[in-house]
Amino acid sequence: MQQSNSYIITFAIAMTVIVGGLLAGANQILKPAQQKALKLDKQKAILGTVITLKEGDNVNDLFTKNIKSEVVDYQGNVVEGVKASSVVTRKQYKQKDKTKKLFPVYKYEQNGKVDAYILPIYGNGLWNEIWGYIALQGDLKTVKGVVFDHAGETPGLGARITEGAIQKRYQNKLIFDQDGKLVSVTMVKGEGNPESALGKYKVDGMSGATLTANGVNAMLYNYLDLYLPYIKKQQNK
Amino acid sequence: MSDNTNPVTEQNPPVKKASEPLFSKRRKKFISDPMNDDNPITVQVLGICSALAVTSQLKPTLVMAIAVTFVIVFSNLITSLIRNLIPNRIRIIVQLAIIATFVILVDQVLRAYLFDVSKLLSVFVGLIITNCIVMGRLEAFAMGNKPWDSVLDGMGSSLGYAWVILAVAFFRELFGSGSLFGYKVFEEMGLAIPNNGLMVTSVGAFIILGLIIWVQRAKTGYVEH
Repeated sequence: MQQSNSYIITFAIAMTVIVGGLLAGANQILKPAQQKALKLDKQKAILGTVITLKEGDNVNDLFTKNIKSEVVDYQGNVVEGVKASSVVTRKQYKQKDKTKKLFPVYKYEQNGKVDAYILPIYGNGLWNEIWGYIALQGDLKTVKGVVFDHAGETPGLGARITEGAIQKRYQNKLIFDQDGKLVSVTMVKGEGNPESALGKYKVDGMSGATLTANGVNAMLYNYLDLYLPYIKKQQNK
Repeated sequence: MSDNTNPVTEQNPPVKKASEPLFSKRRKKFISDPMNDDNPITVQVLGICSALAVTSQLKPTLVMAIAVTFVIVFSNLITSLIRNLIPNRIRIIVQLAIIATFVILVDQVLRAYLFDVSKLLSVFVGLIITNCIVMGRLEAFAMGNKPWDSVLDGMGSSLGYAWVILAVAFFRELFGSGSLFGYKVFEEMGLAIPNNGLMVTSVGAFIILGLIIWVQRAKTGYVEH
């Protein structure tokens, strides 16, 4: 009996129903906590581009106190009535029509003055999507800091983009050349290049992760290019 | 495995067989064997992939060890409970479904309450499904043994896995980043020991694992046949 086809099919169906129900239930129960964790992670990433967070910092408080946000369109004009937190960069990235894209801008303010502009970035790494934030200093030319994250880069190789040591390399690099043309910051191939060989627009690479580095380079350039109208507008203010 | 030690005779009627103590000598072996003589990583050489990948720091390694323990113990228990119901022809799929259920549960809980660690472990929590230690215990033990024995067996195997990856992570984090659980040990002690970049990469894990296997086999005299 136990080996009959009908028993096997009944068993399989029963198992599917039980397992499916169990997982769906767990998903429903855990969803609020997961969304909270996700929001906190986003706030941490945004703050992480400008300050070094310590364990025990109240991220939510720091965020609401120091960060102001707005949403701009492809021409760099502020879009009224849209909250930056409601704009999902992944969806905007996939939006084919450039004129419909929305770009959130986070401003890190100190004493009422904008200390840094923090821009979300998004792209493809070697295996899966990569994303992050780049903070530009008040002059909108110099990089104040970056935070990268990934979905499936190789641990120990491409996944190193999440490490502080790698991200620190971007600090104080420039995104415009002398003529004011966007050059972005590129990560070179190979690791251990002397600082003198890198200059103002390049950062040292990650050994064994050239393809992830290429993804990061493309992501940075593309997004800085998309934000260019906004950056120019702010600079001419 | 038979625990039928009292053959029923006329002089010796079957009153009620004294049940085996919860931690009898036979059952203690389920826990102790995988620690050393039958260690899943160093002797059976299973679960190497995650042992190499997640062990660069102690914190994610500890979480991984707990996650694997949870998955093995509960998959073993459930499989053992329904072992007589599982149709033989689809038993592998059923085992996989049981493992996958627990892995997804672990993954979801980590995402909700330990988001940072779940990011560090990234794909490896999901890959517990393919960890041969789990599958191996279900197929080799839980399919033919009672629930409590299976729980102990799962506990033994996962502790055997846990101590090895924690040992690897201890040396990798200490020499690779100069810290333990993020606490800068060398710095606090005032020692200027430079970090060894090799230890951060998987190569470092291979070296440490090789050394552990070497020491263990030198002591137990285990020889590969």
